[in-house]
Amino acid sequence: MSNSTLPTKQRDHVEAPVLGGLGESVARPDGTLKVTGDFAYSSDLWADGMLWASTLRSPHPHARIKSINIAPALKINGVSAVLTHDDVPGSKLYGLEIVDQPVLAFDTIRFHGEAIAIVAADHPETAKRAAQAIVVEYEILEPVVDADYAISGRAPIIHDGGNITRHVPIIFGPQNLKADVVVKGEYEVGMQDQAPLGPESGLAIPAEDGGIDIYLSTQWLHVDRGQLATVLGLPPEKVRLTLAGVGGAFGAREDMSMQAHIALLAMRTGKPVKIVYSREESFFGHVHRHPGKLRYEHGVTKEGKLVYVKANIVLDGGAYASSSPAVCANAACFAVGPYEVESATIDAYVAYTNNPPCGAMRGFGAVQTGFAYESQMDKIAETLGMDPIELRLKNAMVRDSLMPTGQPVDSAAPVAEILEKLRAMPLPPLTATTDGFDVIELPGGASNVTHGEGVRRGIGYAVGIKNIGFSEGFDDYSTAKVRLQIINGEPVVEVHTAAAEVGQGLVTLKGQIARTELGVQRVVVHVSDTQVGSAGSTSASRQSYVTGGAVMTACKAVKDEVLLYAMEKLGHLHPHLLHFRANYKLVNGEIRDGEGHLVSSLADLVKDRIFECTREYRHRPTTPIDPIIHHS
Amino acid sequence: MRLTCTVNGKVETVDDVWPGESLLYVLRERMGLPGAKNACEQGECGSCSVHLDGILVCACLVAAGQVEGAEIKTVEGLAGAKDLHPVQQAYLDAGAVQCGFCTPGLIVATVDLLEKNADPSDSEIREALAGNLCRCTGYSKILDAVRLAAVRLEGAGVE
Repeated sequence: MSNSTLPTKQRDHVEAPVLGGLGESVARPDGTLKVTGDFAYSSDLWADGMLWASTLRSPHPHARIKSINIAPALKINGVSAVLTHDDVPGSKLYGLEIVDQPVLAFDTIRFHGEAIAIVAADHPETAKRAAQAIVVEYEILEPVVDADYAISGRAPIIHDGGNITRHVPIIFGPQNLKADVVVKGEYEVGMQDQAPLGPESGLAIPAEDGGIDIYLSTQWLHVDRGQLATVLGLPPEKVRLTLAGVGGAFGAREDMSMQAHIALLAMRTGKPVKIVYSREESFFGHVHRHPGKLRYEHGVTKEGKLVYVKANIVLDGGAYASSSPAVCANAACFAVGPYEVESATIDAYVAYTNNPPCGAMRGFGAVQTGFAYESQMDKIAETLGMDPIELRLKNAMVRDSLMPTGQPVDSAAPVAEILEKLRAMPLPPLTATTDGFDVIELPGGASNVTHGEGVRRGIGYAVGIKNIGFSEGFDDYSTAKVRLQIINGEPVVEVHTAAAEVGQGLVTLKGQIARTELGVQRVVVHVSDTQVGSAGSTSASRQSYVTGGAVMTACKAVKDEVLLYAMEKLGHLHPHLLHFRANYKLVNGEIRDGEGHLVSSLADLVKDRIFECTREYRHRPTTPIDPIIHHS
Repeated sequence: MRLTCTVNGKVETVDDVWPGESLLYVLRERMGLPGAKNACEQGECGSCSVHLDGILVCACLVAAGQVEGAEIKTVEGLAGAKDLHPVQQAYLDAGAVQCGFCTPGLIVATVDLLEKNADPSDSEIREALAGNLCRCTGYSKILDAVRLAAVRLEGAGVE
């Protein structure tokens, strides 16, 4: 049974509806390998003479390192190298936005699970035992575990510069307004984890030119490369990264985890080094979703119209900054939700503590505030005796509404439409209150964690808002290289980007875009690596838009060059056409003139020429947040 | 130690196996069969599901020494020379594959289910796959895939 039996939809304006183009339900090009078990994830890699790496991590959340004795580990048969911070040739620190995290800890331990030493050995078990044999003397310190306390001014300072990693204030519209009804609430969200199924893993292979080749799971090859080059003391072009199969990401792979460790061990031993985290180490080795306390006050009219929103948000960023500054900005910008309000007073903080570092996880600051403002909306509806959907409809943002940052929402904002559709949907049965329900239907029921006792079901509505792409003036671009040539008499398009495919299907979409833009059936999507320019991060729902845009733009450039060449070579055959280039079209692998007559097949025209274009694509520029917006 | 067992119908012998190694490690690192995945290595996620003497097991929880002389079937042994196994094809057609890390384990577990129960109810599917975690899909397309596979296998059986 093939995919052609599934319903497909063609877009009307697609000029060349080539099979497998945009608008069609196309099979994943990596799908067959994934169902047969042959798809090579970063934990499946193997090289001749390969060593296995293991990490020693701190059992304490806050401590001073008095000494590290690696001698007992080096004595173990099969161990090739044991490295500490002393062995880091370049920068001992790295970080996405603030360079504050040690590659291997020195002087101070700031969270439980911080990496201290790394080992390479001939078997993963040997490496693990050797790591455990390292003797570290600690002076244990009191940890700062509460974000409110961390920024109170009374707590020990975790990093020079203080415990406030970032404070984002937003003051919007007239302040100190009065309202008929005031609803206050304090909300707390706990830490969450992305827990992608594929553990952090990679294979580093030392190269003859003194550089290194790394095959790994990540979300952004070039940002890893930049950090690695600094840590390894190498020029970036000697750090070559190739994306291996990625078993999910969800934000957990934005920061480096094992990258520098395997690179250091490979360069020291001169041998390929592989690491695969256990599930436990994976939780230590990547950032989490920020826990937070959110204190809200909503002022509303008796009729349910929002007058003002005040929010004080304190996020716990943990021991190192990761992407905390950007998460904090998102929490502030989306603190009101998809609603119109005349006045907003927002203070969002993210704090350093001795908790595990927090960073990107899908939603990125907009989830924490979403829980708080939607809880507030329910509370307001209850206070006013109003239907919770009616209250939301009354305040729903529309096109041209203003965000509290002053940014006009100048594209579709179908908040009311979504809520109406939601209201029209049939409600799920309240099984827990009905006799004879099936425990399998209950949350956790299939895993035998409940037989229905204590389970109550209710119906709730919530709506949220989130950005696409990086913001605050970040130069958020992607790069694509597209090549057209004739192979065995057939036109073939190659698409090459550095964008991370983490399961979302970009690998499918890149092929669809190329087929639609160039009308060529055979498209080869190359493995992503650093041999082409940056694609930016596979984050913020941006790759379809930005890398998709880069592929489209590069394809259009190739098409322009092909048509220009066609005009030069064949234009004299059509002297009656005044604007050859404008009139020639590339349709289904053929050059046709403005009246649709065949001019040449692509294969006959191109012959052994290669058309190749590399293009960057940017979404429209953003600007830094203006903290005070006086809107009348 | 030396270990001999039958994997996907072929007798395999490997040497220098450390007795503490799991069947998962032996398959992946010593036999070149990385289809069973190393997601949790503690029996929670089902990504390493294989058949051991006809019984569905997590390969990470089986010690290498326990499989001496045993018959093992992994995801690599499901497809025919030309065609995918109907369960594999159904996972593709239903769009149940994203990052794919859970997919081999889910496919092995689905094959196990449909061998025992050709026409499972949704509750039976949910119960049978409760030991397999997926972080991408939200499971609804996985349920679609199992239903599609059941219909196709039943159709094939009638013929």
